Amino acid sequence: MTTRYTKDSEWIRTEGDEAVIGISDYAQGQLGDIVFVELPEVGKTLAKGDVAAVVESVKAASEVYAPAAGEVIAVNTSIKDDPSAVNRGAEGDGWFVRIKLKNPADIDSLMDAEAYGAFVAAH
Amino acid sequence: MLTRPDVPATAMEGPGHRGLNLEEPLLFEVGHVDATGVDLPKPPAVNDRLGKFARKSSLDLAGLSEPETMRHYVRLSRQNYAIDMNTYPLGSCTMKHNPRLNEKIARLPGFGDIHPLQPLNTVPGALEMMEQLGSWLMQLTGMNAISLSPKAGAHGELCGLMAIKAALRARGQAEQRTVVLAPASAHGTNPATAALLGFKVETIPARPDGTVDPADVKAKLGPEVAAIMLTNPNTCGLFERDIVAIAEVVHAAGAYFYCDGANLNAILGRAKPGALGVDAMHINLHKTLSTPHGGGGPGSGPVVLSDALARFAPTPFLKLEDNRPILVEDVSQAGIGEEPFGRLTAFHGQMGMWVRALTYLLSHGVDGVRQASEDAVLNANYVRARLSDLMTQPFGDKPCMHEVLFDDRFLEGTGATTLDIAKALIDEGYHPMTVYFPLVVHGAMLIEPTESESKESLDLFIDAMRRIIGRIKDGGGAALKEAPLHAPRRRLDETRAAREPKLRWKPAAA
Repeated sequence: MTTRYTKDSEWIRTEGDEAVIGISDYAQGQLGDIVFVELPEVGKTLAKGDVAAVVESVKAASEVYAPAAGEVIAVNTSIKDDPSAVNRGAEGDGWFVRIKLKNPADIDSLMDAEAYGAFVAAH
Repeated sequence: MLTRPDVPATAMEGPGHRGLNLEEPLLFEVGHVDATGVDLPKPPAVNDRLGKFARKSSLDLAGLSEPETMRHYVRLSRQNYAIDMNTYPLGSCTMKHNPRLNEKIARLPGFGDIHPLQPLNTVPGALEMMEQLGSWLMQLTGMNAISLSPKAGAHGELCGLMAIKAALRARGQAEQRTVVLAPASAHGTNPATAALLGFKVETIPARPDGTVDPADVKAKLGPEVAAIMLTNPNTCGLFERDIVAIAEVVHAAGAYFYCDGANLNAILGRAKPGALGVDAMHINLHKTLSTPHGGGGPGSGPVVLSDALARFAPTPFLKLEDNRPILVEDVSQAGIGEEPFGRLTAFHGQMGMWVRALTYLLSHGVDGVRQASEDAVLNANYVRARLSDLMTQPFGDKPCMHEVLFDDRFLEGTGATTLDIAKALIDEGYHPMTVYFPLVVHGAMLIEPTESESKESLDLFIDAMRRIIGRIKDGGGAALKEAPLHAPRRRLDETRAAREPKLRWKPAAA
């Protein structure tokens, strides 16, 4: 299991040839109370950088970009019913989508937790 | 009963009135099913063809007497906030005064009592008014064609982008050019308009100084790009000083330049978008040209077009024949060199707003319009200068255009947020400024005073801001979480309203 972060504050955790995607704890804090989540259809093919999901808070609506290419094999429907789960556990139970990785090397260029922490602190 | 936590329970007995601020229930809660305010004669027997669809039961609509009806709407109107009551500093909205002269002229029978289905030869005056407004707007913007009919700013964006799509189709490139570029600070309507027309939107980053770099635009341009959508001055209140260079690289790549004219009040009479290389731009009459904005009236967003797009202007449009304006209503009536992309609106557009906008232009003149822009910029900079010692600006303390943008760095460690300042302003008697927009600036506060405010009214607003920030800096940040204390409603639970919306009224349980 490896967790990596993007500059847009998504995280991706690989599990074999699959990966789980969500938004970082920092991102949920910046968004504030999340009130709506739009998830993709299972079976959708995502290129790296494609819009994977949409997240809306009382302040703003943001797009969640796929940190790596792959096919959506599961979505977290529980955050559709209770978007506050993303605020409570952005990097745990508040995950968004699970994909089958097309190219596992996609995540090599992303930041690890330490580098992401430094990136966030600098902004 | 509605509860107000700040008021002791004993004071809340009865209908919830407080002083002379009268509480008002919904119409359904005021009226009675068995009451009526008017006596109507019994309808004569008619043969209808409703058959089994005819309603047999009562509608159960509440009836109200005339005084009950009057009080309902007057009480509600007293809970409203309007530019006619106080400063309305909502950024990127240009909430300027709506001159009473506009209203007087719009009510002249020749404008107020005509109907869009009336034969055109009975309304030559209305057509001439449209022609005059069109030529004013073309001259002020340095453009050669106009579509008056769009009914809002976003509708104007749709019109402009549809004209661009038609031009691409005429060049055989509609399938190829599918990308629209927009800066990260764009109004949300820009990417929404592009997406509605099937374009993919790509974001252009801003330079550290808050403006767009032509080199960044050039890097994104390619054979797949249809257009760029840019607001100038931008939503950070800054003039895009490289706009001419941006237009040049966009045109060199075969794409078009759509300018969002929402912030035209900063430059009207000073700069001509046509000379800056713009291909299409909407003009919010309800912002820049003083027609009512917000709940006060319908919007109107005429679009000016460059020579490259002029022939694709939608119907209905006006043209001169023997020096007389005629209205081309249908695509089939288009002449040589005219290829309208279709009809944009059912009728002609917002006639009443056109009369008001032309009245504004005629009563101000070119010099007056120019002075309005200058005063709008001066007022924003006065606010900036008087608040810059207490607040922080994302791109440093430098002159802005018609609106000044602050971020929330000065609130760090105080326990207060941008939202708390907005709510505290309500207690001071002001509609809050725009908050959390543009999204590119953290905790943004965007203040646009417009030229309507005198120095005295600006000072009162600034003093209110200074009082609020002073309380925060004196350690009172946490207390502001309670604001507003004196509004008809206390702070609303936005999260719960979004998560558990109540979309239907239901009678209170007996």
